[in-house]
Amino acid sequence: MMTIIVAVAVILVIIAGSQLLKIAELRAQSKGELIYEVSEKEAKFQGILMLVFFISFMAFFAWQMCSWYGLRLPVSASVHGVDTDWLTGLTYIIITPTFILTNGILFFFCYKYSYSSTRKATFFSHSNKLEAAWTTAPALVLTVLILYGLSSWNAIMTPIPDETDHITIELTGQQFTWTARYAGEDKKLGRSHVTLIEGVNATGVDADDENAKDDKIVKGEFHLPIGMPVQFVFRSLDVLHSAYFPHFRSQMNCVPGITTQFNFIPTITTEEMRKITNNEKFNYVLLCNKICGAAHYNMQMDIVVESQEDYDKWLAEQKTFVE
Amino acid sequence: MSTHHHHAKDFLFTYIFSTDHKMISKQFLVTGFLMGFLGLIMSTLFRLQLGWPGESFEMIEMLMGSWQEGGVMSPDKYLALVTMHGTIMVFFLLTAGLSGTFSNLLIPLQIGARDMASGFLNMLSYWFFFISCMLMLASLFVEGGAASAGWTIYPPLSALPEAIPGSGAGMTLWLVSMSIFIVSSLLGSLNYIVTIFNLRTKGMSMTRLPLTIWAFLLTAILGVLSFPVLLAAALLLVFDRSFGTSFYLSDIYIGGQVLDHTGGSPILFEHLFWFLGHPEVYIVLLPALGITSEIISTMSRKPIFGYRAMIGSMMAIAFLSFIVWGHHMFLTGMNPFLGSVFTFTTLLIAIPSAVKVFNYLTTLWKGNIVFTPATMFSVGLVSTFISGGVTGLILGNSALDINVHDTYFVVGHFHIVMGLSAIFGMFAGVYHWFPKLFGRMMNNKLGNIHFWITIVCAYGVFFPMHFLGFAGVPRRYYTNSEFPMFNEMIDINVFISICAIIALVGQLVFFFNFVYSAFRGPRAPQNPWKGNTLEWTAPVEHFHGNWYGEIPAVYRWPYDYSKVNAAGEYVYGEDYIPQTTPLGDDEKDGGEH
Repeated sequence: MMTIIVAVAVILVIIAGSQLLKIAELRAQSKGELIYEVSEKEAKFQGILMLVFFISFMAFFAWQMCSWYGLRLPVSASVHGVDTDWLTGLTYIIITPTFILTNGILFFFCYKYSYSSTRKATFFSHSNKLEAAWTTAPALVLTVLILYGLSSWNAIMTPIPDETDHITIELTGQQFTWTARYAGEDKKLGRSHVTLIEGVNATGVDADDENAKDDKIVKGEFHLPIGMPVQFVFRSLDVLHSAYFPHFRSQMNCVPGITTQFNFIPTITTEEMRKITNNEKFNYVLLCNKICGAAHYNMQMDIVVESQEDYDKWLAEQKTFVE
Repeated sequence: MSTHHHHAKDFLFTYIFSTDHKMISKQFLVTGFLMGFLGLIMSTLFRLQLGWPGESFEMIEMLMGSWQEGGVMSPDKYLALVTMHGTIMVFFLLTAGLSGTFSNLLIPLQIGARDMASGFLNMLSYWFFFISCMLMLASLFVEGGAASAGWTIYPPLSALPEAIPGSGAGMTLWLVSMSIFIVSSLLGSLNYIVTIFNLRTKGMSMTRLPLTIWAFLLTAILGVLSFPVLLAAALLLVFDRSFGTSFYLSDIYIGGQVLDHTGGSPILFEHLFWFLGHPEVYIVLLPALGITSEIISTMSRKPIFGYRAMIGSMMAIAFLSFIVWGHHMFLTGMNPFLGSVFTFTTLLIAIPSAVKVFNYLTTLWKGNIVFTPATMFSVGLVSTFISGGVTGLILGNSALDINVHDTYFVVGHFHIVMGLSAIFGMFAGVYHWFPKLFGRMMNNKLGNIHFWITIVCAYGVFFPMHFLGFAGVPRRYYTNSEFPMFNEMIDINVFISICAIIALVGQLVFFFNFVYSAFRGPRAPQNPWKGNTLEWTAPVEHFHGNWYGEIPAVYRWPYDYSKVNAAGEYVYGEDYIPQTTPLGDDEKDGGEH
């Protein structure tokens, strides 16, 4: 019944619309005007709307900043993340005024130069000087951004040298769960392969490998000591996943068949971050950020950053692979 | 030259298997818009889920019927809709719909040719496209549902039905449909290139071509060079899925067993995909930029500023678009040095893009802007090109990309800079060349209303997505309610969804205007916008061959608007000088005084 009423209403609206258009056209015709010709008045009106739109657009932008900018990720909890945020900030300092100014000029010109029957447009077809100017200006700005960007990129992507004190953790993604494996006392991860997956050995760790014997496997949540470089090694057992640590400004894809790497140094403990964010329930999370199937939206693992002592205590409680 | 008796041909060959570029253009337009409307409805459906997760909607139940009993969307169907929305919008609406319509309509008319180089291939191009559309739509109805691995269909997710139901028959149809689509695109593009190079009328040198034609030419070249790579990627994926090869698959444990595939790499697929995928962005964007260049110049009654710089920047963009694909893959574990190279090339694109924006602004400066709906949408394009373009400096910079990669920041960025810009260009083109397409005029008032609803809602939908990105919200999540830190964002999602629904309703204004005007709109004069280009010298009525008698010859570039002589008077009494007007003795061509 509802469908029929809606259908009838739609048809009536269409008929009414058609009639209105016809009437408007006939009226214009009777006045000797062409309905598709834009009058000076109409052009002026649209020009004003353009300006109104720009002002509202900026107001909307400001309103969003006030209401939603506060929801952004808290201060970075990793060393490199501070640099990332700084460079992001620098980029915003460049692009925000560009965005506002060029949009402003665009809509202002639309307002200022809307059609008038008495004015002549200026025949101005090119100027090498102007074009050189706005080729050079972005080129200079980009040089700065590229140089800064590449230097941070290289710093972030350089693996931790063996001689530096660090811990190594393997993260394995599979639909729709994460497994962490700590390298243990020997600081070496044992070999692993999908063909070795059997029963409780859900990620296929090679039990014959000496390095694997002291590895520790944890699920649900994993812990990191503050201030210690962490070398992550990523694997996937089935489809692509992406290990995204938003609070640490870190992300790397997990690719079946190969391992990938990323490292960072956590700088703020979970407890401290709870105070910073004023949220007692705050937890660092690892989440999947590459579409991986139906429950992609809920593939997560908690991360606890704590003092070295607490971390050592926690790790000692975890069982080794052979246990 | 034979002309009138073509009308006598029977219905089938006039309207269905037509080889006339104007009819093929209309076929592409209508098919593309219908596909686009479906894509839009899909997005509204999943916006309902994102705004009000887990709630039951009559609209969902009505449109999705037995797929979604009770009107609550399931994660499977959500992903299928996201995938189909992306595929349809990028390929069917903005590639075939946009290029197919305007390259077909404008290339012969603006270069002064009777038709495309091969009318027959042109017809085939449309019918391959049509079959491809039908297969893609059919994939919605097969067991397991439509493809659900995202429009980028990364294996192994897209290769293994065990991984997601949509990777069964739905993905097979997706791949077949896309292969046929690529054939269609190649036939079209080859035709466009050959036609532009060989069938220009007397006097139509390359430097007298309207910028639309330059844009279509570069687009076609991009298509010819990049689409075959996607075809290769798709075929190899077909092999992996159906014939047991391992191009993309290795060491996979799924559904309780280890698969036999070894030695392949999903990263290979990503390289092949994005080798098309990134030029594809410009395949979508360049025609829109070409259309806008033409409209902004004509409607502000000024020559386009920096004609040669515009061509140069389009060439630079087209060239660079082939060496930036890796910026989609910064986080796949690729060699960091390679990442550096891609960062460098990617950010370079900002230079020609900035040149284009400044040239548009200078064209409007001291113009006499006639605000038709086409003008409005062109201005809208410049705005979205700026607003979406600037955030590219964040995403293209590999160090910064780490933290926003695959978040809503990306969704906001590419929808504004590519989606909105391209569709605004397409709308602008439809309003501007409607008189050429249908011999009638569209209603300006409805067009203006359509523009204002669209731009307000479009920014309302996509601008807030940047804030979701700042909060680290990943894209392609069925719901954010599983993460307390994202659940706070629900207000933003509600806001976005409401804007999306209003935007959908706003498009109905356009469709009404379109259909009404095509049949009952006021008859179009030959040159309603006082344009210089050749299509406005052709008679309003359609017949195969475009011009009665001789094809007009061309004597000047297309942008002599408001050209005045030393006395400050219009050179020929009007503020426009068609390309067919011979140069006066003391006149110089190409914008020189």
